[in-house]
Amino acid sequence: MRRRTERLQSALGILPIVVFVALWEAVGRLGLFAGQLLFPPFSAVMAEFYHLTANGVLGENFLSSLTRVLIGLFSGSVAGIAVGVVMGWKDVANKALGPIISLLFPIPALGWLPLLMLWIGINEMLPITIIFICSFFPVVYNTATGIRNVDRRFIQAAETLGASNIRILFRVIIPLALPNIFTGLRLEAGMSWRVLIAAEMVAIPTGIGALLMKAESLVRVDIILVCLIVLSIMCLLFEKGFALAERRMVGKWSNHA
Amino acid sequence: MPEIRLLKVSKHICRDVDLTIRDGEVFVVVGTTGAGKTTLLNVIAGVTDYKGKVLIDGVDVNGVPPQKRGVGYLFQGLALFPHLTTASNIAFGLHARGHNKRAVNDRVLTLMEMMRITHLSGRYPHMLSGGEKKRVALARSLAPSPNILLLDEPTSSLDHQTSKYLRSELLFLLKKLAVTTVYVTHDLREAEEIADRIAVMSKGKVEQVSTPRNLFFDPRNRSVAEFIGMPNIIECTGSRVLASGLVEVESGDLRILLPYDGNNLAKIAIHPEDIYLSDVRDPGPALNRFTGRVDEIIHQGATVRVKVSVDKMMLLTEMTQDAFEEIAIEQGKEVNVVIKMRRLRYVEA
Repeated sequence: MRRRTERLQSALGILPIVVFVALWEAVGRLGLFAGQLLFPPFSAVMAEFYHLTANGVLGENFLSSLTRVLIGLFSGSVAGIAVGVVMGWKDVANKALGPIISLLFPIPALGWLPLLMLWIGINEMLPITIIFICSFFPVVYNTATGIRNVDRRFIQAAETLGASNIRILFRVIIPLALPNIFTGLRLEAGMSWRVLIAAEMVAIPTGIGALLMKAESLVRVDIILVCLIVLSIMCLLFEKGFALAERRMVGKWSNHA
Repeated sequence: MPEIRLLKVSKHICRDVDLTIRDGEVFVVVGTTGAGKTTLLNVIAGVTDYKGKVLIDGVDVNGVPPQKRGVGYLFQGLALFPHLTTASNIAFGLHARGHNKRAVNDRVLTLMEMMRITHLSGRYPHMLSGGEKKRVALARSLAPSPNILLLDEPTSSLDHQTSKYLRSELLFLLKKLAVTTVYVTHDLREAEEIADRIAVMSKGKVEQVSTPRNLFFDPRNRSVAEFIGMPNIIECTGSRVLASGLVEVESGDLRILLPYDGNNLAKIAIHPEDIYLSDVRDPGPALNRFTGRVDEIIHQGATVRVKVSVDKMMLLTEMTQDAFEEIAIEQGKEVNVVIKMRRLRYVEA
């Protein structure tokens, strides 16, 4: 009975999207809004989606964007967690790095773009570096906060039980900081796509962002919409992916998840 | 099992605390909230810095980290690792000390059986009740076989029944393991039940250390007397056995009955709240009933203390404000006095 209710509820959740798509289709077909060129119906966008997939254009651009996000996000997160753990754990590191991080953290990732274009040049490293920066700072911040917020009593308990400092770090402190670390990761998972697109639109000739810009210059609203749909789905998937990983790793014991 | 000595230990509120806890005894530290009891445990465990010296079996352990002090510590908030199951929590200290997997599993199983929590093995702390958590935490602190056990309010925040049950189990366990135990509580009755010796702490100072019985008959100062509830100490001038297990004690002209096997009582202690006052003579057998005169009425917030003289003897009684308002008593007037028989404490001659 409960499962049926749940299924019914999730079906109801899709309903607004169905209505939205139907309205879109209707408005597009009836030419209510500036004609089909500027407002193609949903079916035309889907046809273009199929076409772009079949001729490999979408796949190619999507793959180069995805590769950049994966490399940038992974390296930024790993570095962010490492630096965050050291900062949260050792007060000296926090005192030394804290002020610098506080100064750099508020700069919007895209703000680095002009500087990096000059330093790195226009190549694959540019979007990856931007994504690295975009994920690094929030992950450092959230990780360090998470590590510092671990209740001292747990550390004391582990000490009286004979655990070495390294063991305490890896078996107690980091696991207990995971909810915080995941908060940083979840935020950045979607954000990295947004930053990447902006970088690709401005500076890089390949990727979904570049495809968007090309479509704009050709006045191909259908292609623009295809790109936006892909982006929306990817942002959502990445955020949900991290949320799922968090539930897997933390949900069993944490009240937050 | 070791002896613990604290020499001039200072930390937070604690100032120059000197204390010797004997090998294998259950040493209970009592005192009001903020008296410095937990601080004392933290110092012994070495989880905090402090001034002064801690000796374990005569060896100075200042500078020895908590990992190497051989101490099992049941924290007041328990500090069970929320990300580990019952079994993993208990195994934590064993893994940390490098035991092999099989030895760890065997020990964890034994402890879970001993604490009767085997069925909770795979549960996380947030899935456990208050009493279950205490058992898991206790098993965890006992797992590495410590020589010293520090217990901080082990039965607090449990319902009366669970607390009583856990206490009797603990008493059995501590005697069996014969570890030197420092047990912190604010509950005097609990202390009395479990202690070999009791230390009363107040504002960071150890006011008195004595056996539970001596504490009630010989409080060293006003602060200790207040903490133990200002008992009325009555010297026995004679006594006679009325029946097996029932004795009539004389003190001046006063005759008090109490359950006791034998005929050699020196003093009895009666708690102020165990003496009832009434403006009418209650029905029922006239055991331990007297007529007295109200000497003084002292209002103390929610409670009222009344000093009553009965046959040249002054008794201090205590009741709630509500109970006081229900009886019509005034200074200088006569009053009926009933002494509760069950909870009398005594010293033998």
